[in-house]
Amino acid sequence: MAPPNIRGSSSNRKAQLSVFTGYLVAAAGAAIGAALLIISLWQPQAVAGLRTMVSDAAAPIGQAGASARTGGKSFFDAIAGYYRAGSKNAALEQEMQIARVKLAEAEALKRENLRLKATIGLSAGEAKPVALARLIGSTSSSARRFAYISAGTADGVKPEMAVVSPMGLVGRVLEAGGHSSRVMLLTDSESMVPVRRAKDDVVAFAEGRADGSLRLRLINLGINPIRKGDVFVTSGAGGLFRPNVAVAVADVVTKDGAIARVISNPAATDYVSIEPVWQPDAVRMLRVQPASGKVGP
Amino acid sequence: MIDPINPRARRDAFGSKINRDHSALLAFGVPWLSIVLGSLTPLLPIIAPAPIVPPLAYMLLLAWRLMRPGLLPLWAGLPFGAFDDLFSGQPFGSGVLLFSLTLIGIELLDMRFPWRSFWQDWIIAIGLLAAYLVLAALVSGARVDGELYYALMPQFVLSIVMFPLVARIVSMLDRLRLLRVRRLA
Repeated sequence: MAPPNIRGSSSNRKAQLSVFTGYLVAAAGAAIGAALLIISLWQPQAVAGLRTMVSDAAAPIGQAGASARTGGKSFFDAIAGYYRAGSKNAALEQEMQIARVKLAEAEALKRENLRLKATIGLSAGEAKPVALARLIGSTSSSARRFAYISAGTADGVKPEMAVVSPMGLVGRVLEAGGHSSRVMLLTDSESMVPVRRAKDDVVAFAEGRADGSLRLRLINLGINPIRKGDVFVTSGAGGLFRPNVAVAVADVVTKDGAIARVISNPAATDYVSIEPVWQPDAVRMLRVQPASGKVGP
Repeated sequence: MIDPINPRARRDAFGSKINRDHSALLAFGVPWLSIVLGSLTPLLPIIAPAPIVPPLAYMLLLAWRLMRPGLLPLWAGLPFGAFDDLFSGQPFGSGVLLFSLTLIGIELLDMRFPWRSFWQDWIIAIGLLAAYLVLAALVSGARVDGELYYALMPQFVLSIVMFPLVARIVSMLDRLRLLRVRRLA
């Protein structure tokens, strides 16, 4: 359709002025957008309050969708069970995958026990989850990887807490609203998790990559000991995540580490548990250190 | 004897032409509501490991703007972008900026090429979607490298393929928008 001819007549002063005003307001809108963008890149938490308020208001929609997803699964399974042997096979395979992860974690725990026995007194209790929540959505069209969960400060969730699924680590809480929170997934490119190989103590960082995989960067450079299929678990360094939560499986070995697949695919996760910050003191210290600048090498 | 008149004679696709008129609420509310609902796609129970879902609010805005010039005011990018930013995961302001620039750009294009077919609209939409996806990724705060652009490719292709579908949905909504439902007293 052709646009209405708003600038056809040169005698209609009013029409011309309203066109001019339209451009002015639109340009002002773009300028406001640019200013807001600079502010929120500089101070990411500037509009967190507004954002959590709105996502709190919209959370019931997401929750309804998420419950339809879990409820619908059993409903369709009941009908489709007769001719969907493939999906059952997939479910069994997933079960086996969980078992394999648990095995790797158990192996990691065994080593952890050995180490703890060596240094008695430095034992960390098993973290008790703060809350259980549903993953109600994710920023599926943005280059950033955030997810929304259906628990907030009313359930005791605070920023920086770890979000864990039965399969492994999912991410950490970024902004907590009243009844919903925003989670930074492991695959976000700003996410970095200290990990170690489950069977020994090869330490590395797991960084998110844009395409939904993780890049493992070894801390001790040298001969790359990683083999395809190695399972990596959190090391507990930094104090944010408790140790021995499954994170990734190495897929492609690179020069300085590996490209790894995330073990707990958030797409296949219904419920997640939110665990408290493992070592609050360590995290607080890390945050104070650069600001005070008193701690020398 | 006079033949009874055809009962459809005084009706068209939007309803009876006698004693009925368009409702202002529908005519202006449907486009706004549809674009706002498009912004809520992050609340769909799709947990994506990489950006794959097309930017639905932006595509709806494009489709409405290209199909009905003059329906959305030139400044509409500000409210639509601000609402989209609250959910999309982008830093606040990126939607405001990009949506506003898009609307100004299409306005300038309209001046140059007032008559277009759907194919030309589609090509315009492809160009704008490419620019939008790349710029949105650049300002998202994510680490920018070659990988990012590889990761954007599936989303871009999906957006291109989905645009005619979105345009068709918009034209169906347009028919709903222009229904004559208001009874003239």
